[in-house]
Amino acid sequence: MNLTLFVWRQKGPEDTGRLERYEAGDISTGMSFLEMLDVVNDKLIKNGEEPIAFDHDCREGICGTCSQVINGVPHGPEGKTTVCQLHMRNFSDGDTIYIEPLKSKAFPVISDLIVDRSALDRIIQAGGYISVHTGGVPDANTILVAKHDADTAMDAAECIGCGACVAACPNGSAMLFLAARVSHLAMLPQGRVEAKRRVRSMISAMSKEGFGNCSNHYECHAVCPKGIKLSFIAKLNREFIKAFGYVAEKDSAARPADVSIAD
Amino acid sequence: MKSLIKNAAGRKIFMAVTGQLMVLFIIIHVIGNSTIYFGVLNSYADHLHAVPFLLWVFRLVMLTVFLIHVLFGILLTLDNCSARPGSYAVRAYRQSTFASRNMIWTGLLICLFLFYHLLHFTFQIIRPEVSAGVNSDAMGRPDVFNMLVMNFQHFSVTLIYILAIVALVLHLSHGIQSSFQTLGLNNERTLPVITKGGSIVAYVLFFGYIAIPVMIFIGILHG
Repeated sequence: MNLTLFVWRQKGPEDTGRLERYEAGDISTGMSFLEMLDVVNDKLIKNGEEPIAFDHDCREGICGTCSQVINGVPHGPEGKTTVCQLHMRNFSDGDTIYIEPLKSKAFPVISDLIVDRSALDRIIQAGGYISVHTGGVPDANTILVAKHDADTAMDAAECIGCGACVAACPNGSAMLFLAARVSHLAMLPQGRVEAKRRVRSMISAMSKEGFGNCSNHYECHAVCPKGIKLSFIAKLNREFIKAFGYVAEKDSAARPADVSIAD
Repeated sequence: MKSLIKNAAGRKIFMAVTGQLMVLFIIIHVIGNSTIYFGVLNSYADHLHAVPFLLWVFRLVMLTVFLIHVLFGILLTLDNCSARPGSYAVRAYRQSTFASRNMIWTGLLICLFLFYHLLHFTFQIIRPEVSAGVNSDAMGRPDVFNMLVMNFQHFSVTLIYILAIVALVLHLSHGIQSSFQTLGLNNERTLPVITKGGSIVAYVLFFGYIAIPVMIFIGILHG
């Protein structure tokens, strides 16, 4: 099939960027969206033009690297699918497709469709972990976890950190991402110890990175390739309310970074 | 408390709590309005004003609640606008609604209407010639019923109220369910129920509020 593409081209962070038109010919319906872009890029390279820069890694839908906004929807029209797993059979011959990078103040464009998502990493660094004193391996089953809790924690842990939730949110909020991280650890006994510090630090980090606030549009869930549930946002809010009164300065286990980051 | 005011998530909790208090107020308000159908509106209005001290305490509490909601609403919206520089050339919304994306604008309309409504029926500065303050009913009470009838016979007055109630129902159709999610009073099972329930409450309030102006305008309720 033949397609008309309007692709966001931007040389670097300082460039203003613009949509440019490309014709994609002889595209097979079995190709993935990224393979379609590979075909377009081959042609561009043969013609001596600059190929379209886009992020990709595993191409199996599990790494969260590929991220494009296709016709106004992060990861494109098919639900619970990453761009690499989106196949061209979802489009028809003669379609016009708009391809843009994830847009958010916290995600500066590096080049064309590639954005810098390290703001999400910095949110994780603010508290999305469990402090472990290394030593002997603990016996299995010393800390029992109920099946329901383990399942819920796993559901939250499915988040691949692709940033589609931020790109889809009318407020540019990373709330679903944060909800998945906080809920995952809050469901497990090992994570409860630092739960208050974690939620406070991570929420502060989200604001400092320039993400917006959740106003419950739920666009995030609709585009999430892993279908992270909205109930985790409610859980995040509960965790935040439970952390009411937490003062980082008075927490003997808090690191200097926690004290500086919590407001 | 400092963290609640400074922190974005804390401000949202203020939004949710103040919003729910105001929803409670407008539910009580519409129940109070319905005394008109039983012919006891003037008596109800008279009782509301029986203890001026309590009335003013209540008004000041509501004013504080309202100002917190407006202030944090504006601050959060400004945050959100700056977090999203530039829009997409093509934008497809999947789950958000017209109501959810325009909370600040429906909020502004409600705010403007509130000033009008207070000047109109509470402080009676607008159209004072038919106000309850200057006209008493047969029992010597301020004639609220007559004030409503004399006002809602005018198309322009009825139209202002109808438009304001439309803004209110849009605001609440998102706001009610949103406040529950922000307070974490949701789980997978209750989320769809609360979302639908919030909209239903909003639409019930719409009909509850719109009934009196419309019935007076078309002449079903008359003096």
